[in-house]
Amino acid sequence: MRADWEVVIGLETHAQLATKSKIFSGSSTRFGALPNVQASAIDLALPGVLPVLNAGAVECAIKFGLAVGAKVAERSIFARKNYFYPDLPKGYQISQYEIPVVQGGSVTIHVDGVDKTVQLTRAHLEEDAGKSLHEDYHGMSGIDLNRAGTPLLEIVTEPDMRSSAEAVAYAKALHSLVVWLGICDGNMQEGSFRCDANVSVRPKGRKEFGTRCEIKNLNSFRFLEQAIEHEITRQIDLIEDGGRVVQETRLYDPDRNETRSMRSKEDAMDYRYFPDPDLLPLEITADAVARVRAGMPELPQAMRARFEAQYGLPAYDAATLTASRGLAGYFEAAVAAFGGDAKLVSNWVMGDLLGRLHEADLGADAAPVTPAMLGGLLKRIADGTISGKIAKEVFATLWVEGGSADTVIEAKGLRQISDSGAIEKIVDEVLAANPKSVEEFRAGKDKAFNALVGQAMKASRGKANPTQVNEILKRKLAG
Amino acid sequence: MALTLDDVTRIAHLARIEISAAEAAGTLAQLNDIFGMIERLSRVDTSGIEPMSHPLGGTQRLREDRVTETDMREPNMRNAPEKQDGLFLVPRVIE
Repeated sequence: MRADWEVVIGLETHAQLATKSKIFSGSSTRFGALPNVQASAIDLALPGVLPVLNAGAVECAIKFGLAVGAKVAERSIFARKNYFYPDLPKGYQISQYEIPVVQGGSVTIHVDGVDKTVQLTRAHLEEDAGKSLHEDYHGMSGIDLNRAGTPLLEIVTEPDMRSSAEAVAYAKALHSLVVWLGICDGNMQEGSFRCDANVSVRPKGRKEFGTRCEIKNLNSFRFLEQAIEHEITRQIDLIEDGGRVVQETRLYDPDRNETRSMRSKEDAMDYRYFPDPDLLPLEITADAVARVRAGMPELPQAMRARFEAQYGLPAYDAATLTASRGLAGYFEAAVAAFGGDAKLVSNWVMGDLLGRLHEADLGADAAPVTPAMLGGLLKRIADGTISGKIAKEVFATLWVEGGSADTVIEAKGLRQISDSGAIEKIVDEVLAANPKSVEEFRAGKDKAFNALVGQAMKASRGKANPTQVNEILKRKLAG
Repeated sequence: MALTLDDVTRIAHLARIEISAAEAAGTLAQLNDIFGMIERLSRVDTSGIEPMSHPLGGTQRLREDRVTETDMREPNMRNAPEKQDGLFLVPRVIE
């Protein structure tokens, strides 16, 4: 970003709602089915059909509204958004326009150690379109309507973001929230969560917004960042060269890392919205909201604060552990199974567990080492049966072979040597074999001491109790 | 607010309605009559009255989130003029 320019960004995000059936028909929403086998008469817009709203989709919208502190409208209206495209069989998309179901609200983001609140304008329910395939049909396009009618929640922010980093932080925070709430599976490759970015620039200090461009269908955080960065440069270059930005929709091409104009005709954007006569106003009673509220999970921010207070964890740990509900649940179950110091559990979950989950591309729910198994392992560290170092070895074995910490420790003979006679014997041998280190230590080199500890641990194949090794070695060297 | 001939041709284009110049002129007159009636309605004082979005009273009934439809691809595609691999084929569209 050039220093004398300010960038203004607003995001529109389409989150596919995790319902079993479509928003206005009883067709399945399962991903990856054969083309058109999940397209019913309603999805195909055959004559005489009527849409009937899915209660599950409404519940998702209420959950979202409650989670972002928005107003859940007692009455909202479905409208027709009119445009022609072959994968939109009705010639209009059913959406919400003047009165959306979720109004206002906010999402807090953290960028460079600073908290910032992004205000939401609204979130509304709408249906997705089908899919057009442009390849291999002898000059024709293939249409698959399985996705037509899939429920979406379109979440719109105010133009509150001032950098691509803030936009990405917002998108990530929103993504983790909708997944946390269980209203969206968050699968970006499958298009379950996709962003449109409205970007404009203005000279620093100016109040009025510049003319904005909308970049469509960014389905990864990296593309979101790259597309915005590219668009900022393009607009500033254009203005500095004496040109003006034209309001238009642009498409990001990740292969070339550039955006290009998508819709040239101005009037293509005239959607001629009007209330859909096929649908009556959606009424959401206070009782319905209360029922949904009662079933809401603890939200990430509240859980983070609780982790700090209840378990005495540092802020960093609490934030990392509450990145997903699965991980947070894993941590709490492991603390319960262990019954000891929660910080030790946190270290293991953030270290060995997260590392391996990441490597194997697994969620915490699918970890081969269950919270009970980790709890059992940590008990053996706490009671001195094994050292932390040996525990890592046991953890690795449990990950691959399963079983319990106790069976692995017995089977592999990993029990820590805490018999001081045995350790003395090892230390004596190490001292005898390393006269040079002993001499160096006596000459005042502290490093030599660590080398001797290392040798003793090695001689015991890591099984000697390190605290005892230290003590005995100190005593012998002093004597 | 009177419409112009340009408005009529633009609306016809947006709605994909083919319209001749003569038809456009006739439609313009009819639409302006309708707008005239709406303007008369607009003069009625409606302050304090909540706008209606639907002529029927009542609110939207909801259905339970359940899959009730089965695969009807074969019958649904029977009328399609062009199809291949379970897809409807249409004249190529690329933006």
